[in-house]
Amino acid sequence: MTGERLLEVRSVTKRFGGFVALDEVSIEVGKGERFGLIGPNGSGKTTLINCISGTLANDGGEIVFKGAVLDGRKPHERTRLGIARSFQIPKPFRSMTVLENLAIPLEYASGAGAREVEDRGMAILESIGLGNRAGESSGKLTQIDMRKLELARAMASEPELLISDEAMAGLSSTEVDDILEILFRMNERGITIIMIEHIMRAVMRFSERIVVLDAGRKIAEGKPDEIVNDPEVERAYLGE
Amino acid sequence: MFTVDLLLSALVAGVLLGGFYAAVSLGLTVAFGQLNIVNIAHPAFVILGSYVAYMCNSRWGLDPILVGLAFTPVFFLIGVGAYRIYYESFERRDDEALRGLAFFFGVMFIIEVGLIMVYGVDFRTVQAPYIGQNFKIGAVGVPTRMLVPFCVSLVMFACVYLYMSRTFNGRAIMAVAQDRLALQLMAADPVRIKQLGFGIGIGTTALAGALLIIIIPIEPSIGRLYIGQVFAIAVLAGLGSIPGTLVAALVLGIAESLVATFFGPSWAPAVAFGILLLALAFRPQGLFGR
Amino acid sequence: MRIDAFHVTALAIALLGAAVTIFDLIPVNKFYFFAGYVVLQYVVLATAWNIMGGYMGYVNFGTAGFFAVGAYTSVVLYNLMKAPLILMIPVSGAVCALLGLGMGYLTLRLRGVFFAIATLAMAIVLETLIVNWDYVGGATGAYILRSREIAPFGDYVEFLFFVMLVLAIFAVTVARWIERSKMGRGFAAIRDDEVAAECTGVPTLRLKLVATTVSGFLMGVAGAPFVLYVGFVEPSSAFNLVYAVNSIAMPMIGGATTWLGPLIGALLLGTVQQVATVTISSELNLLIVGGLLVFFVIAAPEGIVGLVRKWRGRGR
Ligand SMILES: Nc1ncnc2c1ncn2[C@@H]1O[C@H](COP(=O)(O)OP(=O)(O)OP(=O)(O)O)[C@@H](O)[C@H]1O
Ligand SMILES: [Mg+2]
Repeated sequence: MTGERLLEVRSVTKRFGGFVALDEVSIEVGKGERFGLIGPNGSGKTTLINCISGTLANDGGEIVFKGAVLDGRKPHERTRLGIARSFQIPKPFRSMTVLENLAIPLEYASGAGAREVEDRGMAILESIGLGNRAGESSGKLTQIDMRKLELARAMASEPELLISDEAMAGLSSTEVDDILEILFRMNERGITIIMIEHIMRAVMRFSERIVVLDAGRKIAEGKPDEIVNDPEVERAYLGE
Repeated sequence: MFTVDLLLSALVAGVLLGGFYAAVSLGLTVAFGQLNIVNIAHPAFVILGSYVAYMCNSRWGLDPILVGLAFTPVFFLIGVGAYRIYYESFERRDDEALRGLAFFFGVMFIIEVGLIMVYGVDFRTVQAPYIGQNFKIGAVGVPTRMLVPFCVSLVMFACVYLYMSRTFNGRAIMAVAQDRLALQLMAADPVRIKQLGFGIGIGTTALAGALLIIIIPIEPSIGRLYIGQVFAIAVLAGLGSIPGTLVAALVLGIAESLVATFFGPSWAPAVAFGILLLALAFRPQGLFGR
Repeated sequence: MRIDAFHVTALAIALLGAAVTIFDLIPVNKFYFFAGYVVLQYVVLATAWNIMGGYMGYVNFGTAGFFAVGAYTSVVLYNLMKAPLILMIPVSGAVCALLGLGMGYLTLRLRGVFFAIATLAMAIVLETLIVNWDYVGGATGAYILRSREIAPFGDYVEFLFFVMLVLAIFAVTVARWIERSKMGRGFAAIRDDEVAAECTGVPTLRLKLVATTVSGFLMGVAGAPFVLYVGFVEPSSAFNLVYAVNSIAMPMIGGATTWLGPLIGALLLGTVQQVATVTISSELNLLIVGGLLVFFVIAAPEGIVGLVRKWRGRGR
């Protein structure tokens, strides 16, 4: 990693009862970086995101964002500091329309006044291809549109760091390209992005640097082509 | 005024009471602790059980405990039916939190008011040979009215515990809330398992109700008081733990008995709810939780 | 806050209320004030409950506890200093607001159901405390002597009716304002998905505490004049489960996501109950409330408001 650090995860450990979901994981993400996080199912990727966003409290280690230690801060404070995430299993505000879903982060995180909400929300929805769904009830969206909404809602809080947890699962390859396009564009505007993805083609194309988790441990770190050729990674994915 | 004898009798009475509370809250431990169904109507079903025992006892002179046993399958089926409604209307729609709770609240209210309409608000009792006798161990009196329910509830408790820990279905019930995946690996249908578990939970109230009316005279609205006891026990036990339920029930029984003896019976209702509030505020994972 | 048709209507209703009670413009049988007071009291309670329950999805089973604490605060104020109603109302509200805040602080960091169970527990603990507190009459209850007449209303019941009318308008206005504010949208986000709400910047704990406080305040305010209305309170009447049942059933039947729901529910169910208690037994009356509650939560989860909306949508 070169340049200024935005996020540092220092030896973070998370246990569920006796089960160790994260075992002293350390990663560093630079400002403006496109960062990939991969690993087999159950390796702890979502758990790590939960610790970073504050929905879970880590049992050991610490998380530093823009030089400030985050431990003990509530998720909403972290969001206001500039960390936004999407959820792997979409969590739309079901009683609200698609646009109203964006109004929450717009008002609560990025400080938009009630009058700007509609314009700014619509702009985000247009950019992600949900413009014509703005007035629909979010609970009735298709799975694919719900994933897009997840991403749109994360974007609406105007983050410095956006964490996308499998936003592309189940999408067709043109749709994957669309989302990649959006993420590239956000990154060009200076937003740091952590992408968790099982679609290798997408992560490899997108990421400048990748960390691989397996069974709660970091087993590899490097440029995409280094990762592809790493024997340890191959073993984790293919088994012994 | 404090004497050792008084303390001893309070302790004995507390243990007996606690054993009975274990029977009353067992069903809720299954429904709330294991299946995650917040059945606040549970005590109302217990009272319903009491009135069934009362009716059969006053009309045909049947033994209340036998009546309780005989009606267990009926209550089991009521439980199964109630779960079906609950599942179709709330759980499947992800709407347990607000409407599911309101539903059980409504059911509780209907049972209570229905009983008032049929039986009025007078206190009712049952007759049986073992009610009204007393024997003494040293200076401590032990009423059989308390001892018999205590023994019966321990037996019932043991049966449910063995079923839950030794049989396939029992283990599936224990697993359903924690780990859906494991359940699928066991090739069990979660809805059917929950239905079975909830049925068992309500099934226990038939006997628990019969025991209740042996211990004290009852009227329809006292069910509400037991909401405190059963939830205090379920929370204190560490949700879903059956052995924990027994310990928590004994703790509560003894605490209530001590308070009633040394401060007066009018303070007793606050004990359970007070313990519940304290547990929720400071130790929501229960005495035995992590 | 912008002034719109709602505020004009509210003001008009208040003026009409004043016209009827103060100036006796239209002759009204005293019974209607007596019954109307109870209906309006339910408007306040149902609206207060709905701020927590309907807007945010947190069920409060302890309405009776808040109501009774409001009522007994008035008894204490009366015993201490023969306080007038105008003082009782804000003090009762403040006491119950603190009670709500304390309850919320103790339990709202936990899962939602624990809050529900705790409210139930709280009502019974409070009842036990009152039963054992001789200063407010203990189990036997307390009398308050009130004058039969009060200027400029004439009959005291007319005065109480007018007070409750103002309180009801106040409660509904507050609820409607919350619903349409940024705070209300935050409440709805919490109801839909608390984790997602936190992660989009909503300070969920703080909003929940605001909701219990406001809701508690309004319930206390509804209880404050109760002693003057009945002249005599005892724990079993002030802590009556009927308040808890009605305050849940009314919003659920009316429609819990909007201010209109509890209003409709309370006016409808409250009126029916007032008529029914005179004509049929009060037990049957309660059985109907319970039955309606169960029926509506199963068959019409959005309540009457939802039914009307659906029906209108189909008409178009
Ligand atoms: N709340 C929880 N309680 C108990 N165990 C949990 C909890 N959350 C996650 N786990 C366990 O922690 C491990 C890591 O889970 P995690 O969701 O982080 O994996 P993941 O890498 O995101 O997998 P996937 O690719 O399937 O999304 C899994 O074994 C999971 O069962
Ligand atoms: Mg994951």
